[in-house]
Amino acid sequence: MTLRDIVEILDAKVLVGEDHLHRSVKTAFSADLMSDVLAFAKSGSLIITGLTTLQVVRTASILDAIGLVIVRGKIPSKETLDLAGDLDIPIMSTRYILFETSGRLYANGIVGCVEKIGGMNCGK
Amino acid sequence: MTDYSYENTFTVEGGDFESAGKTSIEIKKVLKKLAITNETLRRAAIAVYEAELNIISYAKKGAIDLAVSDDKILISVADQGPGIEDIELAMQEGYSTATDQIREMGFGAGMGLHNIKSCADTLDISSEVNKGTHLSIVINRRGSGNDESGLSD
Repeated sequence: MTLRDIVEILDAKVLVGEDHLHRSVKTAFSADLMSDVLAFAKSGSLIITGLTTLQVVRTASILDAIGLVIVRGKIPSKETLDLAGDLDIPIMSTRYILFETSGRLYANGIVGCVEKIGGMNCGK
Repeated sequence: MTDYSYENTFTVEGGDFESAGKTSIEIKKVLKKLAITNETLRRAAIAVYEAELNIISYAKKGAIDLAVSDDKILISVADQGPGIEDIELAMQEGYSTATDQIREMGFGAGMGLHNIKSCADTLDISSEVNKGTHLSIVINRRGSGNDESGLSD
């Protein structure tokens, strides 16, 4: 599945990174807690969150995330969007809530970075 | 004595929440240029990022010393700040002294030191209350090609 398919499934608006929608996605991680994203998200995953701070974009960049989906219809500040442009992180905004967003993607074949916690620590 | 082919110091200002993560992204770029990839890069980047967030969140200022040799990455983080009274307690998942400002950024859930520890091959922490904290993080470089999921373009 590509980011373009994700945009369609989530009826999302592409706010940054129209050029990167051909990127393919297999895994995702949903959280509003960036420390958990850092602990459990795999590189190359889609990050789904309701936070819109600069640190969400920087967290995505640190992890080489494939893109960000912002849920609950939130639109990040221009500063956040500009940073995402600089760091090549596509941002899509959907009006679906976090639960619906995750469920719809899962139903379409996207799986979580980890199923359950335990035994995985930072890829060591 | 380890022979480091790259050594540099990055300074971080405490309380500069807007910039939180900037230095880590810069350090990640440096590591990439040094041909550090995949899981090793990911672990180093996460450890540096959590350490930078700790300086910004709690200290007056701090410095991240980065040293890279053929077989390891040494990240030394020293800050001037409140220090940690009970290191064992601070290492526990979920233990946090974070302020609202830290939580608004999406951090402060008591995962920082724990995340650093899971990314490091060795982590040494020493701290003096009202002076500061020192972290010594070692990440061993492994052969590349063990990463199943890089960027696809």
